[in-house]
Amino acid sequence: MSYTNNHCSFKYMIIVNTITQRVKTTATYLAALPLLLSGAMALAQADAISTKAKIKLASHCPPSFELTQGNHCELRTVYQFYSSLQGRGVGGTQTALPPHKDGYSPQQIDLGRYLFFDPILSANQKQSCASCHQPELGFSDALPRSIGFEGKELKRAAPTLWNSAFLTSFFWDARSNSLEDQAKGPLYAEGEMNNTPKELLARLNKSEEYTQLFKQAFLGRDRILEKDLTTALAAFQASLISLNSRYDQYVHGNHQALNDNEIAGLNVFRSFVARCSECHTPPLFTNNQVAVIGTPEPEGHDLDIGAEEHFKSKKLKAGFKVPTLRNIAKTAPYMHSGVFENLKDATEFYNKGRGHAVPKGVDLQIHWHIWEPDLQDSELDLIVSFMKTLNDETFMPVTPTHLPSGLAVLDDIKNQ
Amino acid sequence: MNKSLTLSLITLAIGFAAGQYFNRDTAPIIQANAPEKSLSARYDKTNDEELTSSDTSEQIKNGSGQVHTVNPGQLIQDAVKLAQPGDTILVMPGLYSETVYIDKDSIQLKGVIKEGKRAVLDGKGKLNDAILYSGNNIVVENFLITKYKGNAIMGQAGNNFEIRDNIIIDTGVYGIFPQLGKNGIIEGNIVSGIEDAAIYVGMSDNVMVSHNEVFDSVAGIEIENSRHCIVENNYVHDNTGGVLAFITPGLPIKTTYDVIIRKNFIVDNNHVNFGAPGSTVAGIPAGTGILIMAADQVVVEDNIISNHKTAGIMITDHHNAPNITIDEGSDPYPDDISILDNLMINNGYDTIDEVKALMLTELKSGNPDIIRVGETNNSCINNRHRYITTGVNDFKDCNFNNTDDIVTYALAEPVPARKITPENKGKIAYLGICTGCHTYTGRMIGPPVQQLQALYMDDPQGLADYIASPIKKRDDYPEMPPQNYLDPDTRLAVAKYMLSRSN
Repeated sequence: MSYTNNHCSFKYMIIVNTITQRVKTTATYLAALPLLLSGAMALAQADAISTKAKIKLASHCPPSFELTQGNHCELRTVYQFYSSLQGRGVGGTQTALPPHKDGYSPQQIDLGRYLFFDPILSANQKQSCASCHQPELGFSDALPRSIGFEGKELKRAAPTLWNSAFLTSFFWDARSNSLEDQAKGPLYAEGEMNNTPKELLARLNKSEEYTQLFKQAFLGRDRILEKDLTTALAAFQASLISLNSRYDQYVHGNHQALNDNEIAGLNVFRSFVARCSECHTPPLFTNNQVAVIGTPEPEGHDLDIGAEEHFKSKKLKAGFKVPTLRNIAKTAPYMHSGVFENLKDATEFYNKGRGHAVPKGVDLQIHWHIWEPDLQDSELDLIVSFMKTLNDETFMPVTPTHLPSGLAVLDDIKNQ
Repeated sequence: MNKSLTLSLITLAIGFAAGQYFNRDTAPIIQANAPEKSLSARYDKTNDEELTSSDTSEQIKNGSGQVHTVNPGQLIQDAVKLAQPGDTILVMPGLYSETVYIDKDSIQLKGVIKEGKRAVLDGKGKLNDAILYSGNNIVVENFLITKYKGNAIMGQAGNNFEIRDNIIIDTGVYGIFPQLGKNGIIEGNIVSGIEDAAIYVGMSDNVMVSHNEVFDSVAGIEIENSRHCIVENNYVHDNTGGVLAFITPGLPIKTTYDVIIRKNFIVDNNHVNFGAPGSTVAGIPAGTGILIMAADQVVVEDNIISNHKTAGIMITDHHNAPNITIDEGSDPYPDDISILDNLMINNGYDTIDEVKALMLTELKSGNPDIIRVGETNNSCINNRHRYITTGVNDFKDCNFNNTDDIVTYALAEPVPARKITPENKGKIAYLGICTGCHTYTGRMIGPPVQQLQALYMDDPQGLADYIASPIKKRDDYPEMPPQNYLDPDTRLAVAKYMLSRSN
């Protein structure tokens, strides 16, 4: 059994433990805290943990969402106290977020959670979305490039899913414009889950459990439709909110939430020498744009042309979407092909000079903010310590213990 | 770099311009003046949602609080840490070497000038930026700032900023750079020796840039991806390019429109371009008075534009500019440009080959005052017979000849904070924070809300106080982290909301 599966069953035991008996010492308790966090929410989400009875989808919203009239879950965050220029959600500290996707029903979100963890979605039923987007690994997979169908290595790294609700483009090359549309990518890509719409829907419709779950989430439908499947997956992903880091506490007014080094790191980060915040712009730490920065490819790999392919423009050759830095410390290795093992190396890349890693004979329109900042090594360390303040997994969803398909939760493909 | 117009596009432009030349009317050489009429304001604050949805009642007035004095040997930042919104920080003359950051609202940071001696912020070539702010209602004035690597004064999303009467010498990339803010004034500053723009208004709204002197920089004053901005009464000299109105593609805010460039002295901007490789300004040909790239609704009125070797005014789209990426979200064409009367003399006397080639297509010779390359729609020019031009034959006459009715786009009242009722404040903070650890009935990280209600039902203030500085009360729960980053009003609102829950 994989590490992650062990982890999950351990989590289950802890929940039971805390329900039935008091934990004796604070020390034990605190050690169990991260597990409890998700564990307790399992209860809150009415997870079917102990019986084999039919699953009933949650009728309340995940944390950070308000159930409003018409059975919609609407996001609530303290960032809604603020405004932003032109409503674009980029700025400084007390800046509102960009427009976001919400309004899904509690049942759709909960159904999406089951689907997300269920290998039934892949052709060989050996991979789920969570195989490459593992909750414990920042919804990524700790691999430089993800492993796809039948163990084959893919071209790019799995991006985090935290705060996907705020994004306007998806995939490293920005080729998709909605979470719903994005979902079809990995489901049907030959190298990834390798399914077909026909196969997948036939399989789901054959499942009694899924048929009744989809009926709970999409009232008045007799059959499971592809659009309902992608809606549910989008609903779950749009519920992954990470906006309560120590940095956020600083933003909301507690300047003690960050230590002196971290504040110094913030100041280097947003300085016009390092210029990190020009693209990794608060509050999401991405500006949602494509940038050509010219990172090296791993040994033996050809140059990835990135956004050039979809946008059909040489000016976007090797252009990739600016990723969010929230929970970035959880998602090593870094860049589209995972070429940097740690945050320091990733940060140092920007200090090594404009275009230093571009292969000879390749003409890239490198982004204007990539320059020669000439930062001291200690300043790179400060930036890294600042980035670590962006960790927040308060609203970590619960990994189901039983799946509607009856398949085992398979959220780790490393050992296959 | 001294070539701005890409050769590959010249052939296209030649074909385009030639078509215009052969098709144009044989209009009289001297055309009538435009009517004596002002443009009416393109901005109406009564239609500005950001203002109408906000609340002005709780504003803390600038200068209403305490005064903190900083003397040489002390840190300005220590005073900023102490200061509360409304406070003023006076910095006495002398040398300071630090990065000052202001992440709170309504702080006035003022240098004291005594017998000509100023508070000097010296980055010694090592520090990144001199003053960084993200708060609203920030005032920075009377400093002398020099030798920083990044910017002298940089704003990130602060509204209602006032940056005035500073002297800025060689501070790296930009002198004054408010970004992502609304409503600001940049006036009376002297900025020189900057390797990008001396004054750069980026992704901002309602900004007034007036009475500044900017020189010896790559760009004098740049208005980029911004709206409702006025550049007036500035002395812009000896830069590579004088005044710029740009849309830079690839930024999250994608438009520039409603920019008035009027009554400036724009002279002798022939400085060799020392912009960083790859920067947008590195492509500006030395000797450009005004450069309009892709921006819309730009009015150029009543400036003195003289002694520019490439051209007095250059108007281009993205396709003809170097170092520019593409962006589906950005309109690449400069539309609705209005060139009113300007005094133009001795421009274009040593222009670049690409411009000469363009002129040839119109069978023109001489030294060009105004050049337009690429596409533009709905643009106009008054008294065109006064200038040597290329690419403006299809411009109409403007139906106005001044902008006198538009005194300023800066707002009389500060942009207010967003209006949120206390009830909503409590609800948002509860759902956005507390629900990570508490549910109504179930056990999570913290105890159920129901149990808290039993304890605090008649004492919301007590609960609010506990939230701010919790103490460990229950053996079987971890200690709650303090929520003192929320202000007292919000903490009380959360407490009340928590006590009112029934599910």
